[in-house]
Amino acid sequence: MLRAIWLIVRKDLTVEVRSRELAYTTLFFAVSCVLVFAFSLVQEGRAAEGVGAGVLWMAIMFAGNLALGRTFERERQSETLRALMLVPAPRPAVYLGKLTGIVFLLALTEAVLVPLVALLFESALLSHPFWLAAVVATGTVGFAAVGTLFAAMLVRARSRDVLLPVLLYPITVPVLIAGVRATVAIAQPEFEVDVVRFWLMLLIAFDVVFITLALWTFEPVMTD
Amino acid sequence: MTNVDFDEVSAEDVSRHFGRRRAVSRMTFRASRGTILGLLGPNGAGKSTLLAMLATLLRPSSGSIRYGALGTAAGPALRARIGVLGHDLFLYPELTARENLAFFAGLYGIADTNSHARAALERAGLDTRSEDPVSSFSRGMRQRVALERALIHDPRLALLDEPFTGLDDASTGALVSRLKTLRDSGAIVILATHDLDLAEGLLDHALFLRDGRIVEAMTAPDALRSTYRSVIGR
Amino acid sequence: MPKWFQPTTLLCAALFAISPFVIANAPYESTMGLVQKVFYYHMPSAWVFLTASVVCGIASARFLATGDARHDRTALAAAEMAVLFGLLTLVTGPLWARKAWGTWWIWDARITSSLVGWMIAWAYLILRQYGGPGSEKLSAGLALFGMANVPFIYVSVNYWRTIHPATTVVPKLPFEMGFPLLFCLAAFYLLMFLLMKLRTHVAEQQARLDAIYLSLDEQA
Repeated sequence: MLRAIWLIVRKDLTVEVRSRELAYTTLFFAVSCVLVFAFSLVQEGRAAEGVGAGVLWMAIMFAGNLALGRTFERERQSETLRALMLVPAPRPAVYLGKLTGIVFLLALTEAVLVPLVALLFESALLSHPFWLAAVVATGTVGFAAVGTLFAAMLVRARSRDVLLPVLLYPITVPVLIAGVRATVAIAQPEFEVDVVRFWLMLLIAFDVVFITLALWTFEPVMTD
Repeated sequence: MTNVDFDEVSAEDVSRHFGRRRAVSRMTFRASRGTILGLLGPNGAGKSTLLAMLATLLRPSSGSIRYGALGTAAGPALRARIGVLGHDLFLYPELTARENLAFFAGLYGIADTNSHARAALERAGLDTRSEDPVSSFSRGMRQRVALERALIHDPRLALLDEPFTGLDDASTGALVSRLKTLRDSGAIVILATHDLDLAEGLLDHALFLRDGRIVEAMTAPDALRSTYRSVIGR
Repeated sequence: MPKWFQPTTLLCAALFAISPFVIANAPYESTMGLVQKVFYYHMPSAWVFLTASVVCGIASARFLATGDARHDRTALAAAEMAVLFGLLTLVTGPLWARKAWGTWWIWDARITSSLVGWMIAWAYLILRQYGGPGSEKLSAGLALFGMANVPFIYVSVNYWRTIHPATTVVPKLPFEMGFPLLFCLAAFYLLMFLLMKLRTHVAEQQARLDAIYLSLDEQA
């Protein structure tokens, strides 16, 4: 099982390094999102208080949605997802392999987004980098865990491009709320550890529950 | 993972419907080791659906498919013995031919993926192009790589959907002899094709399909074209 | 349709017809006045919405586990109930809120959680409608995720903002206020039950029709 996951991740990495399509487009899209928000929310040359956290998470969710759609669109060409379902490895290995790839991609994007948002929105996001990294990591994993399952589910459905956000956003509301609240608490001048810890616990619980659920439902949902 | 094997694949009264449309209707047949079974019929006859069910990608709505004594519940061990060449080729265009083969070889549990991949490419006559991305290949070349991908793990059951599409004479000849070698080594080969002339010299058994049903079964078939015309009527 | 369907429908209609009178006779709530009476329709709608969501989630889980189409039909009917009664809740809520607290919408825990839950139910229906063939399984997966999400949605929204009155309003109500509530609860639950029965019946007939088409095809 682990070997299968590793092979899939390595394959996705190789494909990505060759074409660099996903990395560049996702990154560019995320940055344009931030710009759009900047022009909408910055008034008289100053950003509204505490808006940086919200902008960061909105950009992550929008860019994540795009990345998920594109990743599975690639597997739809030549029906390679079908080929993956045919291999003797346990099917959840395919899910975990794709999940790992998406998380890497989003991590890359966030590495650019966080300093950018901190700069443009005058937000003290980087004041406690380890806490921020923990929050962003667990939030991204939660979002990607649900998103990978849904995007895989929708690969053969009609209207799949528009259905992914319709399904994904309501379900990932807790991730968004927890992520934003924790990030706001981190960016505040008086750092409240308890608040951040609470939201972090929620995110970890979400990740555990939903990855488990996805592993259970991947095979029944993907087979006809 | 325990190794499974089987001597024949059999379908018993198998049907598959999508909503109100019956794609496959009560098919019963058997295919044994060391034979090539052809599925012949027009578009929409149910060939691809049947192959998908044999590949365990699709579940029959009714009836059962058995692999020797095993049912489809045998799961991963069973999948390890089945090789599929689909209509869409199951290849990653950005990866090289060797990388594609090595990737799937690894997923099928082969230890030395690179040497297996190279050997397979030699068999396909493509070893000079092994480091080129598949996207730069012609359709015929891609088909050859896809075939090797389907067979790289030495499957007991080989399922091929229209394998001769887009191949030139030389490639076709190579494919025919490859399939014969495969059969002689004891595999069960089931292929769907439109190409009746080719099928003539190749098939041990033939099933004629129309509208999801088997309308005729022949052993050691000859005069395929006339039989086809009389039975399928188009 | 089973024999008891028509008389039960009449009973339900009667309950709803009588309910305004029952509500009118309930005592005035001192702080919120006449508009508080909306509560007698608002709360049962909310409870039915929640029940329907849970039924949808459980039926979806059973469908994924067994593949039995009956569970899928139940899940679909329950999702439609959830969207219907959720809409009712989200409309009656602001009506009450406007008079009680002066704004049409407040981002408190319960109403926001209901909104998110309602959107998930709606997404279920959209997926069924536009997902193409095979969308039964996909929507079952969505419903399962939605149900698992309920505690997370509630906790996250709760600690985000809250000014909704505590649930203890119900037990503390004197009998004159409690009886109309129970009456309306009975009426709403009966309505949900009847609508679900009707909806699954229609779906069953459709399935039977498909089966007939298929068998005809066979004889051809």
